[in-house]
Parts: sequence; structure tokens; C-alpha cells
Amino acid sequence: MLELLNISKTFNAGTPDEKKAIDNLSLKIENGDFITIIGANGAGKSTIFNLIAGTFLSDSGRILLDGEDITLLPEHKRARKIGRLFQDPMRGTSPGMTIEENLALAAGHGGWLSKVSKNDKKMFREKLSLLNMGLEDRMNQKVGLLSGGQRQALTLMMATICPPGVLLLDEHTAALDPATAQKVLELTKRIVSEGKLTCLMITHNMQSALELGNRTLMMDAGNVIYDVSGEERADKTVEDLLVMFKKNSGKSMNTDRILLS
Amino acid sequence: MSSILTLAQTALELGLISSLTVLALFVSYSMLNVCDLSTDGCFTLGATVGAVVAIAGHPYLSVPAAMAAGILSGFVTAILQTKMGIDSLLAGIIVNTALYSVNIAVMGNSSLLNMNKTDTVLTQAKALLEGTFLSEHYKLIIAVIAVAAVVIFIAVFFKTKLGLAIRATGNNPDMVRSSSINTAVITVIGLCIANSFTALSGCLLAQMQKSVNIDIGTGMVTIALASLLIGNIFSSRSGITGKAVFAVVGAFIFRLVYTIALRFNMPAFMLKLVSSVIVIIAISAPYLKKQFPVFKRRFLAKRKGENVNA
Repeated sequence: MLELLNISKTFNAGTPDEKKAIDNLSLKIENGDFITIIGANGAGKSTIFNLIAGTFLSDSGRILLDGEDITLLPEHKRARKIGRLFQDPMRGTSPGMTIEENLALAAGHGGWLSKVSKNDKKMFREKLSLLNMGLEDRMNQKVGLLSGGQRQALTLMMATICPPGVLLLDEHTAALDPATAQKVLELTKRIVSEGKLTCLMITHNMQSALELGNRTLMMDAGNVIYDVSGEERADKTVEDLLVMFKKNSGKSMNTDRILLS
Repeated sequence: MSSILTLAQTALELGLISSLTVLALFVSYSMLNVCDLSTDGCFTLGATVGAVVAIAGHPYLSVPAAMAAGILSGFVTAILQTKMGIDSLLAGIIVNTALYSVNIAVMGNSSLLNMNKTDTVLTQAKALLEGTFLSEHYKLIIAVIAVAAVVIFIAVFFKTKLGLAIRATGNNPDMVRSSSINTAVITVIGLCIANSFTALSGCLLAQMQKSVNIDIGTGMVTIALASLLIGNIFSSRSGITGKAVFAVVGAFIFRLVYTIALRFNMPAFMLKLVSSVIVIIAISAPYLKKQFPVFKRRFLAKRKGENVNA
């Protein structure tokens, strides 16, 4: 279970550029939840992810993961329990190293001075073949040679190779072409359901926000303005969401990317 | 004929010794993506510490002592940039400046140490090989052993988990952190390793020349970078081991060209200018190559009298 308690974050406090990114937000996420998050640009979606992952510290409030207070834990220590994918497919992998070496680092098996074991190599091969991208035969090629979609699929595998307590997906298909995006999304669904992972996904696609997962959060001005799950959510349409946004935030959701998708 | 052979052998010996510094930059510059400007000072530190320990009567201890000093120097540089928020270039420059004083202090308030009558690793090797057909090549043998040891270390170490983490830290630190690895610790370890090679290089050069002066390391970073970039020309598709071997080859080619240039009466003081020019060409060439089509089209457009905003 992931709990955010009264989290606030202000950027550039005390300057003319002051921006309140997260405003006293509290959120409770049950194990096995697959939550989609929508909201206009600047609503604080990515900031929430950065706070959970520990990229920066919140100004106040606490973050609990499975009962452990991780508020002050450095990023790399939280990474044991938190997997994360970014919009940019380049961010999750090391381009100058081979597929196998990338996976070995993500898996983190063995001591510091151990080499990649035969068992691990076999396991990597098996998992890669599940991606249906032919990557299992390219284990010794550099990741820099892969396409964006292949890199994102590989990153997804790396982030979940040791099952994380929480998986954070920050518009991880937005930079891919529609066909590849669909493929990576299918893959995401499968990996999350097979591993029974707790997952938070930011998306600009309202349709997939409603289709995927079991709960949808709508964010605006640093807080959750609409939280829907269960049967109530099953009946909702994209139009309902837009109406709800207008009602709860007092403005219409006029991001081109959202309207078009 | 024999003079040419002697020249080639000298180039090989010096090339191999300086290739240890090239391998250090291979670790810090190519893998960790840190341009370690403390290299000059660390090279001199290795030379002074090695010399002082040898003069004190411990020829074999001089090598590990020099390397330990290098590790310490690398540790300080790395802590400055990972834990104290100092830019990596600046951290190197600061440590380099500080090492000047340290080196004079190590040499006992002197800027020159003479090892003409000192028992060193090289004199030990010479005594050991006395009477065998290798007796003339003792310098070369020591250099080959040192370089082979470092290359083998690199080939093995950088395939371990720690080695992979060092390579990935220079490549994509975000990815390393998301693999639950502390990039600060990895950078510290990487720079300690690199600087131990640099110090070893300085230690052996001093013992080969039988003297140390405070300027022995001046310009080493540029010379080593030039050698590394020459080696890179041949190794763009190689793995880690191949790249390490070609870094050594690059150091040898650099020395060979320099030695030949000396034969054609190039004054010795030109070494550093030549190495600077090589570094400039090697780093700027790919950039200029990319820019060339732009220049070409602008030029052609201007000649046709077209109105371009250039």
C-alpha cells in the first residue's frame, strides 16, 4: 500500500516564478490497484511521480510505502521498491551497453564482482522472447541501436524484472507511433496483471484512462479533483470526464493533446 | 638501422608507460564521462611517491604506494564532485593545483629528486635478467607487464556488476539510480581506479628516467587524451577489451609519430602543442563533418546570389 499524507511542493518559493505544484494532497493506493491519472499540463501529475520516486523532496507531508516511511529516503534506495518509465524512451536504458548488460544491471543479481550468470542469461532470453520483438536474438547488441518502441519495451521489462512495490508510468507511450504505442500498452497490461503489480499511469488519452486499470484520478492545480473507481467508473465516458473536469475545476480542459486523443 | 630500432624501442617503452595514463582516461573520460583534469598532478604524485619510497629502500613497495596515492587523489576529486556540488572539471583543476604543493612536500621541499643510484623496480628487473638474452629489454618487459596487467584487469573488471555500473553511470545515470545503485559511490570507485593507473604510469616513468621533477606530469592529460582519441579511430566497433587494447595502440602511435618528428628536427618543446592540436582535431572533426553540408549549401546559395539569412 502506498500512502501520501498531506504532501505539498512549491517550486521557486519566494520568487516571482513561485509555483505551487502540489497542494496538500493525500492519497491512498491499495496493493494491486492500477490507477490512471489525467489532467492538463502543469496539474502536478509528473511532480507527484517525482515525489514518490524521490527525485526531489516534498516541502511537507509524508510518503509511506507498505508501512515504511520513505519520505526522506534517497532516490536510489527507493528504486528497489519503485519502478519507473518516462515518456522519453532514451531515459530508461544505457545506450552504450548491450541488452544483456542493461538487464543484468536492472536485475542486480549476484555480488558486485560477479559476472552475468548463465541462469540469468537464460531468464533474460525467456523474458525477452515474450516481448515478440526478436530482442532475444540481439542480446549482445547495443541498446542504442534499438527503436524507441523496443527501448521502451525493454525499459518496462527492466523496471519489472524485480517486481516493484509500485510501478510509475509517466506517459510512457506518448512518444511512440500509434501502432507501437498500442503494442507497448498491451505489454504493460499483461505485465501488470501477471505480476499483480500496483501501478500508477499518467496518460493524455482519456479513452485509455477509462479502459485501463480499476481507478482514475483527475488532477488540477496540484490536487486530485475527481477520483472514480468501481462500478461508477465503468459507466463513465470521455464526455463525462470533460464535464466533470469543468464542474470541479471551473474551467474547460483545453489541452489540444487531450481533445485530439 | 640499429638507431632506428633503438628509436622504435624507446617509442614503445614510453608509449607503453604513458598508455597506462591513457587507460586511466579510458575509464574516467570514455566510461564515466568525467574529464579528470587532476590527471597531471596525479601523474606527478605517482612519480614522487614512488621515487621517495624507492629511495627509502623499498623498490617493490614503491609501485603499490604510488597507486595508493593515486587512489587517494581520485577519491578526493570524486568526493568534491559527488558530495560537495563542485563541477567535475573544476574539482579536477582544484585537486591538480593542490597536488602541486603536495608533490613538493612529498619530495621534501624540493622540486627535483635523483634516482641514479636508487634501487627501483627497473634495476631489480635488470639484475634479474642479467646474462639472459632479454637483459637489454628490461624496461620494455616491465612496461609490458604493467600494461598487460591493467588491460586484463579492465577486460575482466568491466564485465562484473560493479564494472557495468561504472559504465552505465557515464552513459545514463538515471538508469543506474533506478537500478537501486548509488551513482555517487560508483563515480568515487571509478575515479579511484582511474587515478591508480595514472599514478602507476607516473611511478614507472620516473623510475625509467631515474629522476623526478615537479613538471614530469605537465600536459599529460592532453597527451593521453590525444592518444585515446587516436586509438578510438580504430576501435569504434570494438568491445571493452578491444577499446582498451586500441587505447594502448593509440599511445604507441602517438609516441612513434612524436619520435619520428624529433628525428626530423622538430624541437622537443613542441610535444605539447602537437598533442593539443591532435585533441582539437579529434574532438572537433565529427562536429565539423556534421556541419559541413550546411556550410556547403550556404556557400553555393550565396554564389548563386540567393537571399539566405546567413
